[in-house]
Amino acid sequence: MNETIHMQEAEGLKPSVSLLEERWRIFKRNRLAYASYLCLLLLLIVAVVGKVLTRWIIVFDSQTVRLSEKFLPPLTAFTSTITPEEDAPAFDMYLMGTDELGRDVFARMLEGTSVSLTVGFVAVGISVLLGIFFGGLAGYYGKKKLAFISVDTLIMRFVDIMLCFPTFFLILTVVALLPPSIYNIMIVIGLTSWMGTARFVRAEFLALREQDFIAAARSQAIPGWRIIFIHMVPNAIAPVLVSATIGVATAILTESSLSFLGFGVQPPDATWGNILADGKQFIFDAPWITFIPGFAILFVVLAFNLCGEGLREAFNPKLKEGA
Amino acid sequence: MTRFIVKSIGQRIVLLFFISIISHTIVHLAPGEPSLVDPSNPRMKAEDIQRIRTAFHLDEPLHTQYVYWMKDLFTAQLKSFKDNQPVLKKIWGRFLNSLPLFIVGTLITWFLAFPVGIQAALNRGSVFDKMGTFLSYALISIPGFFLSYICIIFMVKTFNVPVIGMRTFGLEDAGFLLRSMDRVWHWTIPAFMSAVAGVAILSRYVRSQMLEVINQDYIRTARAKGLSEDAVIYRHGLRNALLPFITMFGLTIPGLIGGSVIFETIFAWPGMGRLGFEAILARDFPVILTLNFVSAILVLIGTLVSDILYAVVDPRIKF
Repeated sequence: MNETIHMQEAEGLKPSVSLLEERWRIFKRNRLAYASYLCLLLLLIVAVVGKVLTRWIIVFDSQTVRLSEKFLPPLTAFTSTITPEEDAPAFDMYLMGTDELGRDVFARMLEGTSVSLTVGFVAVGISVLLGIFFGGLAGYYGKKKLAFISVDTLIMRFVDIMLCFPTFFLILTVVALLPPSIYNIMIVIGLTSWMGTARFVRAEFLALREQDFIAAARSQAIPGWRIIFIHMVPNAIAPVLVSATIGVATAILTESSLSFLGFGVQPPDATWGNILADGKQFIFDAPWITFIPGFAILFVVLAFNLCGEGLREAFNPKLKEGA
Repeated sequence: MTRFIVKSIGQRIVLLFFISIISHTIVHLAPGEPSLVDPSNPRMKAEDIQRIRTAFHLDEPLHTQYVYWMKDLFTAQLKSFKDNQPVLKKIWGRFLNSLPLFIVGTLITWFLAFPVGIQAALNRGSVFDKMGTFLSYALISIPGFFLSYICIIFMVKTFNVPVIGMRTFGLEDAGFLLRSMDRVWHWTIPAFMSAVAGVAILSRYVRSQMLEVINQDYIRTARAKGLSEDAVIYRHGLRNALLPFITMFGLTIPGLIGGSVIFETIFAWPGMGRLGFEAILARDFPVILTLNFVSAILVLIGTLVSDILYAVVDPRIKF
């Protein structure tokens, strides 16, 4: 099967540049977006490396308390004689200073990178899956009747209802009532942000449903779920992924706001949000504890936003040309 | 037209009913009860907890509790668990505090976003446009509370003005001028902070909307007629570009509650968002639920108003 396709392509059926490559080229031309894409790749590596380092290598331990080393400014060399040698920070230097318990802010930021990114990606993953599921149902089985109401009406009314909740207030309510845990936060953020994706997917599916290749698939008695996931979703996924990129940014911001209010990820686990929230009490004595995570959040969210916007322009060239 | 309004109000009431059911279920099914807020209090005995549970109907099945809530809400009998004050009165008081902040914030948003967006669209690709684009992304990306902290420190250190709370204590006997200046200072930063993200988002929308309109044929016609550039841009262009913003205006109304939790907490502003935050901490179910309900009503009113305005403004829309 695969071979025949390749042969057909070799016979000249394949366009010189595939659609994806063309989009990619347009995306690359947007220097700001491409730069932020590279930054995000770097951040991903930092997150993975940071996870490994803080987990297994003792000098990067983010929870080592050194009470004699409180509030040291960034780039202070490790000279203490009281603190045992094995608790010394990486490179024998507090690259980003220490906090009110003498913990190494650099190590905490490293640990926080992976936690913050995980929160962002998992929350968006949940919301994308839910969005595709509900949007797909509404788009594909929309005309089916359940008793007196069609599937489409039912799901879209539900989307309307969900849109009426003040999102942040709802997240806050649920997170405050549930036992504090990082998984609850991811799930709650995911559960309250799928509505936009569902609308996108439904709109795409309504258009796709009428196309010939879907009719062809249906004529071969391929089951509905297979048509949805194998045939339709790949064709509708581009706008979803674009909005997901921006969704990650929003999720990271939401998590940091929750942490700021004290409902986020609980100590001793570090995220950028709760490092910032802890540091804010010492903003005059030790401004670096507030400013380092603050600017880290700013840059990462900015990178996600710019990257998402670049992708949106690449996948929807009309935005740029028509304007 | 009347039929359309009646019909959409009817639809919204049905939506509201489902919203109230869902929020009631979420709040009551989540673990954590008003009686468990202070478990370490030695004066709370098992029978006290039982008494609280009975007094608040917490032992009844969910649907009965829902009926109690609805009945009390609509007869204005609903009392807060925390201090036994009528909920509606409490919310109304806080609403009056939130309202000026919201109005000032909205005014700042709209008065800043439009000139910036229009200028960016007219000088597309200029330094101003590029800076504006980048700055608006930066402002969307910065955590609001972080920016607020920087701003508070900056304002207090440079101008030596009070920023926390609604007014300075002990100034009640001061002259009118001093008192009003004090009020204005207290307003400025929270209003600006809550407007920042709005300005960034809205100015982007204005820009893209203006760009779309400016390339239309009727703009070329207007220019060809020999109209002055100002008339072309503002009378012919802007008017048409304004249409989608009617919808956006309706959608900003719910920001009264949801968007203000963080800023009202930071600036110790006794508004609705802070009321909600305090209610959540105290597991004050009636207040949480009613706030949710009120904000859903605000959303629905917002969309209704924008639907109607859209029909009024755009003659192409018929019912």
